[in-house]
Amino acid sequence: MAAQTTMSRSPLSQQSFRAIAAHAILITYTLIALFPVVIILINSFKSRNAIFRSPLSLPNSETFSLIGYETVMKQGDFVLYFQNSLIVTVSSLAMVLLFGAMAAFALAEYRFKGNLLTGLYLALGIMIPIRLGTVAILQMMVASGLVNTLTALILVYTAQGLPLAIFILSEFMKGISDDLKNAGRIDGLSEYRIFGRLVLPLIRPALATVAVFTMIPIWNDLWFPLILAPSEETKTVTLGAQVFIGQFVTNWNAVLSSLSLAILPVLVLYLIFSRQLIKGITAGAVK
Amino acid sequence: MEKPIQKPAIRWHILVFIAPAFLIYTAIMIVPLFGTLQLSLYKEIEGAKVFVGLENFNTLFGDPRWSESFWNALVNNTWFFVVHMLVQNPIGVLLAALLSTNTLRMRAFYRTSIFIPTILSFVIVGFAWKLILSPLWGVAPNMLDAVGLKFLFAPWLGKEEYALTTLALVSVWQFVGIPMMLIYAALLSIPDEILEAAECDGITGMSQFWKIKLPLILPSIGIISILTFVGNFNAFDLIYSAQGALAGPNYSTDVLGTFMFRTFFGFQLQLGDPHMGSAIASAMFVVILCGVSIYLFGIQTRLRRYQF
Repeated sequence: MAAQTTMSRSPLSQQSFRAIAAHAILITYTLIALFPVVIILINSFKSRNAIFRSPLSLPNSETFSLIGYETVMKQGDFVLYFQNSLIVTVSSLAMVLLFGAMAAFALAEYRFKGNLLTGLYLALGIMIPIRLGTVAILQMMVASGLVNTLTALILVYTAQGLPLAIFILSEFMKGISDDLKNAGRIDGLSEYRIFGRLVLPLIRPALATVAVFTMIPIWNDLWFPLILAPSEETKTVTLGAQVFIGQFVTNWNAVLSSLSLAILPVLVLYLIFSRQLIKGITAGAVK
Repeated sequence: MEKPIQKPAIRWHILVFIAPAFLIYTAIMIVPLFGTLQLSLYKEIEGAKVFVGLENFNTLFGDPRWSESFWNALVNNTWFFVVHMLVQNPIGVLLAALLSTNTLRMRAFYRTSIFIPTILSFVIVGFAWKLILSPLWGVAPNMLDAVGLKFLFAPWLGKEEYALTTLALVSVWQFVGIPMMLIYAALLSIPDEILEAAECDGITGMSQFWKIKLPLILPSIGIISILTFVGNFNAFDLIYSAQGALAGPNYSTDVLGTFMFRTFFGFQLQLGDPHMGSAIASAMFVVILCGVSIYLFGIQTRLRRYQF
């Protein structure tokens, strides 16, 4: 900080130097973050020779090829995998959000015996990963005939998502003013309506944040699909891509295309929702 | 148990609100967790489940074949965690500190791009880096060549001494977005008055970060550390996709997750053994419980929280 001596000019130049340094670091890291994704995407549109000859260049009219995508479409049942992933993710997400919000409301709103204890019990799952119970979960699913069904995955992911959802949502619900809810009660609204009509709309930003944090690990999970639902009909995209790539290791076009197919939908969804996500995360901090 | 009884009447709505979450969570998470702990006390002998007490743990820690694998996995797992703490979290804090500067332009672009790897699945990340680092394709060696550092290149994922660190760094690359976002949110929540007061006292720039902001975000760093810990001791997917269930080369990337998976499901000539698998899960449970307790009782209580 040798700035003190030249007070008149230095704050500005120092500031701009700092801004340039900040941009330099951020751009470098952005490149590191995006480089692998970009290189997979551009090479998936190239012919086999071009992939090896010039991996860093964009596809042009000479090297452009969709052969990889054709192989993937012919050999892998990616449409079905997508459908499975979508069903599992959306159903578990809906259950986590609904049941999580309900439980969070009860814990935040009412005083009853065992409130604190129930809250702690439900929060236990944030720290203890559900995977540790895998052996018994599998036995349970075998006993109830749910192995190789999407239901098994939906139930597991709902249980996995609930603890964090309840924790975050009840923090938010404690911040909602009592006057509003009491006004509703005076107007004769039932407790269920107060929850559905008054509270739920108010915690929408929190619901969005919870939705993103619940969704990403579900969509990307490999462990439970591999163990609970590995059959062809119930494979999720993540498992499907894993198995497909395992079979086609030497077919670089197919491998790169299947990777791109797995990246693109998540990427598009993320770019659509990223604004909400950031808002949700920072809203939790600023309130 | 929650008894929603108040003097006049049972408030049924409380029960209705809590029951679905409570039941699903208990049935799918808590019961199997204790079921697994219990299974580790049994053994299959001639097709029948027999109670054997701590014999499985005796095997796990006493039999050199088992204990060697277990300690290898535990040590690898610890190293995996250490790399995350030393690389991922400092980078996350640095990026967040840069992003939270008020005057910075293109903030949204940086934030969005740096978070992209985090949304990708382990399978994609594992294979993408496997391809990039592959000497066959030559992206990594060619790029090193371009800056005159080709001699540094080695097939990192294929060498016993580098493979684990390489995978840990890949995982760092993927998840740096999470500490970045959480710290970013924490930094934004510092009231402007405090920063203005600091500026009046002549504390700006770097010294403002070290003296004012860092102490205020320590609780967030604590939470991130424990999340990193739980996440790392639960790791499986990345290693399975990049190196397979055998966590090669020569088990050098084996962590507790892959070890448990192999034991539970069997591999090559060894048959799967749910009871030994449960024993490993129980050991993991103890490890995670220790870490979480150290955090809750040793670190969190000492962190001062500031109320604004």
